[in-house]
Amino acid sequence: MKVERAAWCFVAPALLVIGLFFFVPVIAAFGASLTDFDLYALADIRNLRFVGFANYQRLLQLPEFWDALGHTLYFVAAGVPLSIFASLTAALLLNSKLARCKPFFRTALFAPVVTTVVAMAVIWNYLFHTRYGWVNYALSSIGVHPIDWLGDPHWAMPTIILFAVWKNFGYNMIIFIAGLQSIPEDLYEAARIDGASYWQQFRFITWPSLAPTLLLVSMLTMAGYFQLFAEPYVMTQGGPLQSTVSVLYFMYDEGFKWWRVGSASAVAFLLFVLMFIVATLQLWLGRRGGNT
Amino acid sequence: MRPKKPISVCRSSHWRFLSIALTLIYALLTACKSEQPQQQVIKFWTIGAEGDAVIKLLPEFERQHPGVHVDVQQIPLTAALEKLLTGVAGNATPDISQLGNTWLPELVMLQALEPLDARIAASNQVKRDDYFSGIWDTNVIDAQIYGVPWYVDTRLLFYRRDLLAQAGINTPPQNWQEWRSSLIAIKALVGPQRYSILLPLNEFEPLLALAIQQDEPLLRDGDRYGNFRSAGFKRALSFYVEMFQNTWAPTMTNTQIANVWNEFGRGFYSYYISGPWNIGEFQRRLPPEQQKTWMTAPLPGPNGPGAGLAGGSSLVIFQNSKHKELAWQLIEFLSDPAIQLRFHTDTGDLPPRRSTWTDPGLNSDVYAHAFRDQLERLKPTPKVPEWESIAQQIRLVAERAVHGDLTIDQAAELLDQHTDEILEKRRWILDRGAKP
Repeated sequence: MKVERAAWCFVAPALLVIGLFFFVPVIAAFGASLTDFDLYALADIRNLRFVGFANYQRLLQLPEFWDALGHTLYFVAAGVPLSIFASLTAALLLNSKLARCKPFFRTALFAPVVTTVVAMAVIWNYLFHTRYGWVNYALSSIGVHPIDWLGDPHWAMPTIILFAVWKNFGYNMIIFIAGLQSIPEDLYEAARIDGASYWQQFRFITWPSLAPTLLLVSMLTMAGYFQLFAEPYVMTQGGPLQSTVSVLYFMYDEGFKWWRVGSASAVAFLLFVLMFIVATLQLWLGRRGGNT
Repeated sequence: MRPKKPISVCRSSHWRFLSIALTLIYALLTACKSEQPQQQVIKFWTIGAEGDAVIKLLPEFERQHPGVHVDVQQIPLTAALEKLLTGVAGNATPDISQLGNTWLPELVMLQALEPLDARIAASNQVKRDDYFSGIWDTNVIDAQIYGVPWYVDTRLLFYRRDLLAQAGINTPPQNWQEWRSSLIAIKALVGPQRYSILLPLNEFEPLLALAIQQDEPLLRDGDRYGNFRSAGFKRALSFYVEMFQNTWAPTMTNTQIANVWNEFGRGFYSYYISGPWNIGEFQRRLPPEQQKTWMTAPLPGPNGPGAGLAGGSSLVIFQNSKHKELAWQLIEFLSDPAIQLRFHTDTGDLPPRRSTWTDPGLNSDVYAHAFRDQLERLKPTPKVPEWESIAQQIRLVAERAVHGDLTIDQAAELLDQHTDEILEKRRWILDRGAKP
C-alpha cells in the first residue's frame, strides 16, 4: 500500500500535466464541436447555440468536406507506400557494403527533412513551372508536351505527393538504417552458404526482420500524411479547383480563416476517428502478420 | 547610544548582503518607474509593404512627440486577418492598426474598435468632406465611424498601349462592348500562345469589380440573403466566363505565372485588372525602353465608365488601447496631406483625400490619372462580417464556371445557396432583434 502511494506521488505530476494540457483541450474541443461557436459568439456569448451533432451532420452532407477527405485519402494511399518504398530503397543502398561516402549521402538524403517546407516549396514551384520549369524542360527533350503541374487539377495532387515524399523519406530512411543494422550478419552468412540469392536474402531475412520497424514507420508516416497541410498551403493554396484541399486544410480554413470554431472542431474529431480506425487496422494487420 | 547587540559575523554579512540587494532592487524599480512616463510605446500593426514605408515617416512623429516610441510590427497580408482576429480573441491587440476596409465589419462586430466620431468632429486635420465619399463610407457602420481611410485601392485596367495600337485600338475602351471588341482584336493579333487579358483565378477581385458595376446589390433583404441570381450579377459572371471560354484570358492563377510584371512586358497579356501598387511595380520592373508602352485606364462599365471597388486600408484604434489619445495623434499625423504625399511616393498607394491630389507631382502623374477619375465612382462591398467568406465563395464558384463545371445559372444558384448558408447565423441574430 505504501509503495503504491509513493508510486502515485511520482506519477501524479506527470498525469496532472497530461490531463491539463491534453485531455482538457480535447474535451473542450469536443464541447465546442457541439456548438456553433463563431465570431458572433466571440463578440457576445449569448450568440452561442448548442447544436448537438448538427456540425457533424452538416459536414457529412457537405461535398467540400468529402472532397477534402478524398484528397487526403488519395494523398495517404499514394504517398505512404511511395514514401516507404523510397526510404527503404535508400536505406538498403546506404546499408550495402558496396556504398561509398555513406555519411555524405546519409546527410544529403536527410537534408530535405530538416529544411523548411516553405523554402523548398518555392524551389519546387520553380522546378514545376509550366513554361520555365526544369521538369518540363527535361520532359520536352524526350518529346513530352509541357504539363501544367500545379495548375491542372489532375496533376496538382501528384505533384504535391512527389514533393512530400521527397521531403520526408529521409526521416524513415534513418529509422530503416537503424533497423537494418540490427539484423545479425551471421544470418546472411548462413544464407549465402546455403546458396541464397540477393533477392532470397531480402525476402527471407531482411523483410521479416524489418517487420516491427516497418509497422512503426508505416504508422508514423500514415499519421503524418493524414495531417497534410503545409505543402498545399504553400504551393497551391488549395487550388486549382480546390483539388489540393486536405482535411486539415479544410479545418484550418473553417477555424482560423472563417472562425467557425464549432465546425472546425467537428472536422478535427472526424479526422481523429478516421486516423484511429486506420491505425487500429494497421496494428491488427501487424499482429496478424507477426503471429503467422 | 544603544549598546550593540552581539551578533555573529556570519549573520551580519548576510544581512548586509540582503540590504544591499534590496536597495539595488528598489533603485532599479524606481528607475524603471521614473522612466515610464517619459517613454511611451504605441504598438502599431501594419500589413505588407506599408510597414516599410511607414517606418521612414515615424521619426518625424517621434520628434514631434518626445518620449513616444512607435513600435511597428509588420504582418504579411495573407496572415493578417487571422492574426487580427486571434489578437482580439486573445486580448492582445495593438493600440493602432492598419486594417483592410472590407475587414472592418468583422472587427466592429467583435467590438474591438474604438468609434472615432467625436475625435473626428474635433479634429482640424481629418476632414470628412475632403475624403472620397466611397472610401469614407466603407468605414461607417450603423452611422458610426470606426476608421480613417489611409489609402485607397481600386482596381482598373493596366494595358499595353503598343499592342492595343497594333490591334487597331487607339483609345482604351469606355464600355463593355468596346472592351469586348478590343479583346477579340488583341487575341487575333497575339495568337494562341498569348492572351488579351490576365484574370488570375485565385483572385476574386476582378470578377467582383465587374459585379459591383451592376445596379443590383450583391446581398438582399438587409444583407440577409445572397442576391447572385440577379440579372446584374449573372451579366457580370457571363462576361467574366466568356473571357476564358474565348481564350482571351488564360485559365491560370497568380502562382502559375512566375512574374506577372515580366509577362506583361513580354506581351503575354495586354490587359491586367489590378490596383495602384502596380504602378510602382511596373515602373521598377519594366526596362526603361518599355516604360512608354503601358498605361492605365478606368474600368469600363456595362454602358460607360464603371464603378470601382472601394478597397484599401484604414487606420483604426483598438478599444483595449491604453494610449488612445496618442494613437489618434498618430492617425492625424499620417492623415496630413504632406505626409500622405511622401507615403504615396514610397509605396505608390493612393491618397484618400482630394487635397493631397492637388499636389502638382501627383496631379501630373499620367498613370495615376485614371485612378483619380475612378476614385469618384467607388462603391463599398456589403458590410457584413461574413463578407470575406462570401467573396471566397464567389471565387470558388467562378473558378468552377470557368472550368466549365457549372453553367452561369447553376453558378449563380450555387453561390446564393452557399451565401444563404453562411448568413444563417446573421439572420438568426437579426430575427432575435439583436444587433449583429
